[in-house]
Amino acid sequence: MKMVTAVIKPFKLDEVREALSAIGVQGITVTEVKGFGRQKGHTELYRGAEYVVDFLPKVKIEAAIKDDMLDQVMEAIEKSANTGKIGDGKIFVFDLQHVVRIRTGETGADAL
Amino acid sequence: MKKLNSLLVTTVLLFGVAFAGATLAQDNAASALSGAASATAAVPILATPAVESVAATATPAAAPVPNKGDVAWMLVCTAMVLLMSVPALALFYGGLVRSKNMLSVLMQVFVTFSLVTVLWVIYGYSLAFTEGSGVLSKFIGGTDRLFLNGIANVATGEFAMAATFSKGVVIHEMLFAAFQATFAALTCCLILGSVAERMKFSAVLLFITLWFTFSYLPIAHMVWFWMGPDAYSDPSLVEGLNAKAGYLWQMGALDFAGGTVVHINAGVAGLVAAYMLGKRIGYGKEAMTPHNLTMTMLGASLLWFGWFGFNAGSALEAGNSAVLAFMNTFLATACAVLAWTFAEWMLKGKPSMLGAASGAVAGLVAITPAAGNVGIPGAFAIGTIAGFVCLWGVTGLKRLLKADDSLDVFGVHAVGGIVGALLTGVFVSPALGGPGFVTDWVTASTGFTSISAQVWIQAKAVGIAVVWSGVVTAVALFIVKMVVGLRVSEDDEREGLDITSHGETAYNN
Repeated sequence: MKMVTAVIKPFKLDEVREALSAIGVQGITVTEVKGFGRQKGHTELYRGAEYVVDFLPKVKIEAAIKDDMLDQVMEAIEKSANTGKIGDGKIFVFDLQHVVRIRTGETGADAL
Repeated sequence: MKKLNSLLVTTVLLFGVAFAGATLAQDNAASALSGAASATAAVPILATPAVESVAATATPAAAPVPNKGDVAWMLVCTAMVLLMSVPALALFYGGLVRSKNMLSVLMQVFVTFSLVTVLWVIYGYSLAFTEGSGVLSKFIGGTDRLFLNGIANVATGEFAMAATFSKGVVIHEMLFAAFQATFAALTCCLILGSVAERMKFSAVLLFITLWFTFSYLPIAHMVWFWMGPDAYSDPSLVEGLNAKAGYLWQMGALDFAGGTVVHINAGVAGLVAAYMLGKRIGYGKEAMTPHNLTMTMLGASLLWFGWFGFNAGSALEAGNSAVLAFMNTFLATACAVLAWTFAEWMLKGKPSMLGAASGAVAGLVAITPAAGNVGIPGAFAIGTIAGFVCLWGVTGLKRLLKADDSLDVFGVHAVGGIVGALLTGVFVSPALGGPGFVTDWVTASTGFTSISAQVWIQAKAVGIAVVWSGVVTAVALFIVKMVVGLRVSEDDEREGLDITSHGETAYNN
């Protein structure tokens, strides 16, 4: 099993969700986050005061999937979240050791 | 608990004294009313025919009756100036602070407004708008109207009348006192923008009491107190009547609705207070982003609306002067919005909402002393110039001053007020489309001397207001510092004044 974490542009969330649903991903977790990468921040000006905003708002999605779906999932996210401009985000993949579905007590791949 | 008890006792005592005083005032009301009708020297206020007194058996011509249109207009204007403070100014300021200090700003404005209104009725009105005695009479009024004593006998329905700027036109003196109360309260609220996010609530209340008493009241008296047009019935009286007026009025300073009394006065107090309080923790290092510019826009717009009451209402009647002031207030503000917006767009790259809202306030401030004193050309010029100059006031000038004037009270109100006061001296000229001013109150004829002479008079008035307000603010804050201290603790400031000073939070999702 794999845990796929992707940090994407907030307005791309719906497209990514649709793409993941289309290939059969059963559920994702979404978090609003802030961060910086190569896109850097921007400056805001309030009368005489100039503030550099280092952290930009992004959306982080997490999906737990079976090993055989990894390539499809990666491709779906990559395509749907892509704008071609700096700041599109990144995908991180981890090995997932264990899963439990709380309601039924199922474990492992059955719980996904 | 002990603190609470002593607070309770103080409050009860205060109200006890106030009630006793007010009752006394009512008892004296009737006698004061009839007294005012006969003895001209004792007339405490602007008005000559101070009474609409049936008992005085005056001929109808001698006791002008207020016009219902004027009265209705001034009642509405008074309520509109209240709207300028709560909620307009509170929202304008509140949106500019961090969310952790939102309620403290709203609360300071709300309570300051109420405090000054109460003080106004107790002694403020009397000291500002009655005739003083001795050498001090140019600077401060007398005590005839403490607790609004003698302003009306509500039992018999006799109301004293206050003069306007037209002979034979009067409004209820009680209405005039209410209208002016809102000015005093608003002015005190303006200062709060400079000290936002760090001043102790108790220090705010004590400071406002001192500043209102020793800066607002004398300056209002100096600029606005005179004996009223009806008193000038004969050329032989002119000198004696002029001598009873306020110092700056005698000098010939023009301030239609309070450029000097309200904006320069408050703006300078704000700057001095910002210096004396010191900078907010993290100023210049941490981001102090306005937490809700939507509210700031809403506040600025309500200010614009309410300002029609402030400026056009300062004509004291619904006539030519009010209409002129209304249009000028409308136009100059729009000019200032455009000036600020385009200047910011060119110089800083983007036209911002905060810039447009600030431009509106700058224009409103600058047209205040000029409202009924200039024509349409003056409104164009004053609004546009104020937009540019105040933008510099909150950027270049602010950097030079090195004070943490949190919400730019000095940069907008003092700078805008000075621009307006000086340019009033220019555009009052009939050659530049202005109305000139009354040179002889006996015949109520208007004229004009010269732009340079009038600008010089305006400049002297500005200088006196700047020094007076600055000194009073410094002394008052020094006293407050000794008594209760000026700032909240460092930890409290970091956590935010909403929770630490008021025990609540503005936004609970």
